[in-house]
Amino acid sequence: MNATKQAARKRVATKRPVPVRGAKPAAAAVRSMNDLMAYAYALEVEAAERYGEFADVMEEHNNRAVGELFRKLARIEHKHAEQILEEMGWTAPPPPPDGGYRWQGMEGPETADFTELHYLMQPYHALEIALHNEKRAFEFFSGLARRATTEKVKRAAKEMAAEEAEHVRLIEDWMKKVPLPEPQWDVDLDPPRYVD
Amino acid sequence: MTTTTSTPRTSVCIALCGSGGAGVMTAGNLLLEAAAQAGWYGLMVRSSGPQIRGGEAAALMRIATHPIDCMDDRFDAIVAVDWQNIHRFADEVPLDRSSLIVGDPEQGAPPEVFVKSGARAVELPMKKIAKGIPGSWPNMIALGFASQLLGIPADKVKAVVARSLKKGAEQLPASVAAIEAGRAAAAGEGAAFTLAAPPAARAKRWLITGNQAAGFGAIRGGVRFVAAYPITPATELLEYMAPALPQVGGVLVQAEDELASVNMIVGASYGGVPALTATAGPGLALMTEALGLAVAAEVPIVVVDVMRGGPSTGIPAKSEQSDVSIALWGLHGDAPRLVIAPNSIADCLTATQWAVHLAEALQAPAIVLSDQFFGQARAVTDRPADSGLVGERLTAPAGSEGYKRYAVTDSGVSPMAIPGTPGLAYTADGLEHSERGIPSSGAADHRVQLAKRERKLVAHDYGAQWADVEGEGGIAVVTFGSCTGAAREAIARARADGVNARLVSMRLLAPARPKLLAAALDGVDRVLVVEQNHGGQFLRYLRAEFELPRTVRSFRHPGPLPIRPEEVHRQILALEEESPR
Amino acid sequence: MNDMAVALQPAAYKSDYKPIWCPGCGDYSVLSAFTKAFSMVGRKPEEIVVVSGIGCSSRLPAYLSSYGFHGVHGRALAAATGLKLARPDLTVVASGGDGDGYSIGGNHFLHACRRNVDLTYVVMDNHVYGMTKGQPSPTTEPDWQSKLSPTGTGLRVFHPLVVALAAGANFVARAFSGDPNGVADILAEAIRHPGFSFVEILSPCVTFRPEQRNWKQAVHPAPVGATDDPAKAARRILSDDGFNVGILYRGNRPVYRPPVGKAKKQPADLEKEFEV
Repeated sequence: MNATKQAARKRVATKRPVPVRGAKPAAAAVRSMNDLMAYAYALEVEAAERYGEFADVMEEHNNRAVGELFRKLARIEHKHAEQILEEMGWTAPPPPPDGGYRWQGMEGPETADFTELHYLMQPYHALEIALHNEKRAFEFFSGLARRATTEKVKRAAKEMAAEEAEHVRLIEDWMKKVPLPEPQWDVDLDPPRYVD
Repeated sequence: MTTTTSTPRTSVCIALCGSGGAGVMTAGNLLLEAAAQAGWYGLMVRSSGPQIRGGEAAALMRIATHPIDCMDDRFDAIVAVDWQNIHRFADEVPLDRSSLIVGDPEQGAPPEVFVKSGARAVELPMKKIAKGIPGSWPNMIALGFASQLLGIPADKVKAVVARSLKKGAEQLPASVAAIEAGRAAAAGEGAAFTLAAPPAARAKRWLITGNQAAGFGAIRGGVRFVAAYPITPATELLEYMAPALPQVGGVLVQAEDELASVNMIVGASYGGVPALTATAGPGLALMTEALGLAVAAEVPIVVVDVMRGGPSTGIPAKSEQSDVSIALWGLHGDAPRLVIAPNSIADCLTATQWAVHLAEALQAPAIVLSDQFFGQARAVTDRPADSGLVGERLTAPAGSEGYKRYAVTDSGVSPMAIPGTPGLAYTADGLEHSERGIPSSGAADHRVQLAKRERKLVAHDYGAQWADVEGEGGIAVVTFGSCTGAAREAIARARADGVNARLVSMRLLAPARPKLLAAALDGVDRVLVVEQNHGGQFLRYLRAEFELPRTVRSFRHPGPLPIRPEEVHRQILALEEESPR
Repeated sequence: MNDMAVALQPAAYKSDYKPIWCPGCGDYSVLSAFTKAFSMVGRKPEEIVVVSGIGCSSRLPAYLSSYGFHGVHGRALAAATGLKLARPDLTVVASGGDGDGYSIGGNHFLHACRRNVDLTYVVMDNHVYGMTKGQPSPTTEPDWQSKLSPTGTGLRVFHPLVVALAAGANFVARAFSGDPNGVADILAEAIRHPGFSFVEILSPCVTFRPEQRNWKQAVHPAPVGATDDPAKAARRILSDDGFNVGILYRGNRPVYRPPVGKAKKQPADLEKEFEV
């Protein structure tokens, strides 16, 4: 874990998930190019959907700036998914394998965790989440490349890993343009509300 | 013979008493059935001590040549198989000099409280006679005696006994002999208590309790789901439904408490199945939160409240009209609901059927205010005609574009989507909501939805069933529920005295219909409000919701004693004495 | 992709109404898991009803595109039972929180387990009343302090899984909201399993119990698979650390179905018993 991620831990959600499902790394299920790209596609779509949900949550809680940022991230991930369809010449999303996609962790390696959110979080925090996810995606494909049984899949997985590494760099650049969180960003002067 | 006349009687009241195990209830039911077979009308009310088995019990009977909805003021006879604690029924069995006290000398002298009425005591050694007829029981002697006294033909009595013994036919000869012995013993009493001949031309008649009637009315109205939690005196309604409902494709489930039973019926009705539960005051109190949910979420349900003495556990097995206020006002928030009060045992059927129809049509909860008297009394009554009213809910067709569950309409009723219908899925909500059903705390949504829920009830045309309005005159007796029978008889007696009075028995208590009552009271300057409770809950309701003439008298007393015709008769005569202002 | 396939994707089970839950709340993940589970079970949104009581998690039905019923506090199971018995063709899921289900609705929980109607009950347990601003619930630790319990409740923690087993639930599972796919798997199994299925989901409250963010580190898969022996299941659950997730008990009790007559009569056919 690098320093940025440790800062994020302190500021927003704190800890990262550990595997619960006990499923073997997805490599076992990835035997062909098609398998690999189906996984890649699912990973991007799941990530995009989650960012979209995050955007909804933030908008609902009047945190427009972060909402917009998540919306942007959702669009980027969607674009990645579409690129995969295009590269593979698929006209429709590939059918999921029997029993659905199996990730090493709890969800797809690029899918953000709901508990990372805070209603007062700032754009920098959102990018920390994105950075963490891109790194996980990089590790996911790197792992696949290491364990691949055919040269073709290994090469493709390496390419995907390289792409994710590029995404990591992009997010890091983005973070440089965004102000660091204010020291008391999570201070709320009012107590929580009674609802029902 | 003392003061009794020999003119055949149009109505006779008789009480059969004894300790639990003596079989007085069985004897009473057989007497009622025999009278019914012979063509008479009648009523039997059960009264008993608090013991589940044993203890004192009384079958209070009235047999008449015409349909009746109440007990008379006095009893012509009390027949006691034994006298243990029977004095506790003294208030419920008023006697006078013309009455008979029939007791078994072996069981001791009749209680002083009965003797002091001046009634004539007759000795009937039931135990001894029964001993002489192996296999017979003293209650059959009592049945024979009572049936002879009233002039009910022996063959009818034997026929109903034979039918009741279906599986014990070998007991029949002994029972018949006992009945004959009882009849022989009563032969000496002459014709003082003999009923006039029953009407020759007779419509189809039923033997039914108010609880059965309400249950069957619900089935006629379309109820196909019942959640049940036992409570006296509503349990028999649920017990009637348990085997009856599956025969018409319905379902009954016993719930863990009243909170569950009412929420279960809300759930079932949300699913599109007309649903009902029955309870008494304590259960109704527990159900009020979910009744509010049914109001807000606009889910039709029917709750039959078989009223008993309250508050709290009160007097569980005795009647009282003291849940008027909780039914009318007991919900939190502005919560329009339907409150319907049957006014006879037969009307328990018709009114409950109507309640189902209204609840379904108006997507609102309906409370049916029955009471212990109706619920547990068994009556010979003309077959209640089928009003044909069935619950019909306004539902939304599949694929309605831009469906809004709580759409504001002129009538206030919005088409309801039934789960399973594609394209209309919504969440029914007890939270205030927008037309789409989305929770909303906005002032406009709240105002609009409150007004809509009120409008659908107030704007509905309830027709003539809202009340029974009978007779003419400047005096009106305004009442509801089980006081109606006594009020009707009182008015007939006043008419015989040359005093005309109207009867207004209100069936629809909520929503209040001030214009209809005003029309019913047109030309009336004096009103007598009759109800069976201590605080005048019905009077307060009338004062709050209606314009009444200046002179309003309240006649009321709490249960367990019924309002008797003569009490109301005297009030009418007293009111006649007062010059209108 | 044809229309049917589109309709049965998880996204098709989401309504366009946005949750009011605090950002970071575990219930978002549970909502996501519901959509996945429904998609896995393959029933159309209109064939599913989610019934709830009152509380943060009880807001869930409106966020789904299935039919929903948001009733009164503590009575979700009663409403769901009535609905399922009246409409056995529907898939009925009751959901809510620990206060709703184990405190005010505790009696219904016991009897729903006993009755074993074919429905699924999902409790999002965060050991706190959130909508009323942080009071202790039956699953709150005895020393947890709040305005209403300044020195803690001092009360023993309610153990829903063991209680459910003792009362007769036919399927008992624990899940963790941080694993929406895992929750979805368990939910789908719970829905498919006949009878009363109970799924307790640890779902952190980031506002009143921020320390529950650490549940992520605490949870782990149940070391052994489900048993059909309730006594064995109860022993395991009583001695575990409260954080092993998975299906813990899969029973085979007969499903409760109240008697429904075979020959359908008309109401008029019932008049005979009253005739003189």
